[in-house]
Amino acid sequence: MALQQIKLPYIIITLLVGLFLSITFAITLGSVEIKPTTVWKIALSKIPMFTQWIEVDWSKGEQTIIWDIRFPRVLLGAIVGAGLSVVGVAIQSLVRNSLADPYVLGVSSGASVGATSVIIFGAFSMYGQYALSFGAFTGSLVSIILIFTLSRIGGQNSTVRLLMAGIAISAILSAITSLLVFSAPNEHGIGTVLFWLSGSLAGGKWEYLTIPSLIVVICLIVLMAQYRSLNAMLMGEESAGTLGVNTVQFRKFLLVITALLTGVIVSIAGSIGFVGLMMPHIVRVMVGSDHRRVLPVSALFGAIFLIWVDVVARLAFAPEELPIGILTALCGGPFFIWLMLRSSYSFGGSGR
Amino acid sequence: MNLLVENISVELEKKGILRNVSLEVRSGEFVGLIGPNGSGKSTLLKSIYRVLKPRSGWISLDGDDVYKLTSRQNAQRMAAVRQESSVEFDFSVTEIVNMGRAPHKRLFQSDNAEDFRICEEALQRVGMHTYADRSFFSLSGGEKQRVLIARALVQQAQFLVLDEPTNHLDVRYQLQVMDLVKTLGITVLSSLHDLNIAAMYCDRLYVIGEGEIVTSGTPEEVLTPNLIRDVFGVETEVTTHPITGKKHVYFYSEASRVKPSIQKIMSGTN
Repeated sequence: MALQQIKLPYIIITLLVGLFLSITFAITLGSVEIKPTTVWKIALSKIPMFTQWIEVDWSKGEQTIIWDIRFPRVLLGAIVGAGLSVVGVAIQSLVRNSLADPYVLGVSSGASVGATSVIIFGAFSMYGQYALSFGAFTGSLVSIILIFTLSRIGGQNSTVRLLMAGIAISAILSAITSLLVFSAPNEHGIGTVLFWLSGSLAGGKWEYLTIPSLIVVICLIVLMAQYRSLNAMLMGEESAGTLGVNTVQFRKFLLVITALLTGVIVSIAGSIGFVGLMMPHIVRVMVGSDHRRVLPVSALFGAIFLIWVDVVARLAFAPEELPIGILTALCGGPFFIWLMLRSSYSFGGSGR
Repeated sequence: MNLLVENISVELEKKGILRNVSLEVRSGEFVGLIGPNGSGKSTLLKSIYRVLKPRSGWISLDGDDVYKLTSRQNAQRMAAVRQESSVEFDFSVTEIVNMGRAPHKRLFQSDNAEDFRICEEALQRVGMHTYADRSFFSLSGGEKQRVLIARALVQQAQFLVLDEPTNHLDVRYQLQVMDLVKTLGITVLSSLHDLNIAAMYCDRLYVIGEGEIVTSGTPEEVLTPNLIRDVFGVETEVTTHPITGKKHVYFYSEASRVKPSIQKIMSGTN
């Protein structure tokens, strides 16, 4: 709780330094050892005005490994980690429940159905290179609206109803994904889908980074602008209304943000579970529930976390690579159990 | 701030909860709403603070239809202290009180010295300033209620709606919370389940039974054994409180009535 007294800028600066160091060291780690200084020399040499100042003391091979392979992959990890944490915060405020996470609720499964139909059957081909993102976004939007509506039928949305709706939708959508894979016309698509379903950052290339980073940053800024409404929502929807939040509109806004973030992340990194659940939880324990603090701190924390998880995924069984989703699930499962066993925690809070 | 409720009817799941309810709270008044469980007290308050839109009728604050105002405009005029619902996320007392500034803030606008001063003042007024950094979860019922009242103060609304503010509180805190509300000097409409509290603090009372306003008037006019029998279904003896000079209601059931013969003996021994 001590961190609650520390001013937000100090926490952010510390985490930014941490993120910088994580990126640097994550890039140096791998089958080929590389000095941390080389990492940034290569990066700086890519910026026109610095090129002449940098003395080239690395091989062509090192340049390829660092700049074309490891750099975009580590940055993708940071973006996906930040995005998953932010979407976790948003969805938890939407359903007023700290157990919500796009993976747990089945929003990721919705995105998977959309993305799978794009990969295997070429759906939404009219959107060209954005077809995958669009498919995943549509899938996640449909699933989150379904879950949200189902959990509210008949009045109060309790934790139990919410999780039940999530489990049901998630099961149906996973089955549909399997069905799509089963009926795939060619072998090639199946392999891609299966690898990608368990989550991976292996697809990280410079040209794929722009859209996800833009969307994650824009969503974070837009949510930060609404931090007071996010706080008020946690007091209950009726209270939020009396505090001046237009709850009907704000709910729609959160639904779209959640679907957008989940869609874009799933389309590039597959479904990586539990990050959106774990990060906000850990951050709330440290800095309290105020979204002005929770949002940026979760984003940075999530970025650092996923960078290191990916390092483990790359190195643990090198040269074989683990799907990152397996590792986050390995962390997330026990985390969930720990939450459950914590004496102060009763699913959905007291008195419900 | 004047509140006018005219002929509102509210339906929930096709069942009529309120029928043709009219009510008025004039500027500076402390008006109580009493009635048995399920009579529609909370529903009426909810339609006033815009959670349940009435099917027909009109609710206005100083002449403006509350349903035509934006949530924001409304929150600047009217604050609500609701029955404390379970909140799963822990906030510090300051953070909770600070939420009351939301309707006065634009996007991205962060809190300035003025906001902090308003929050501090409100906490001081409810006597909770030493609890500023405490977790809301760790507070007792009375303390939570006082923090929520501070949040309403921070909203700087001139009209306050309270839904059974003394529910689940010990007697001492019941009086403390009501004393506090009484001294705020703003217009108040509050539902109350304790008739004696209602008699002690309210300028006027509305009695609601089965979704309709049964009667209204000062506590002296309204609180009579006949009315209480009709609406609440209990026998009472209503007298004047020796200290406060307000009406005081003694409840009894037929079964608990002391037999006349015993009464005679007891009065004899005194």
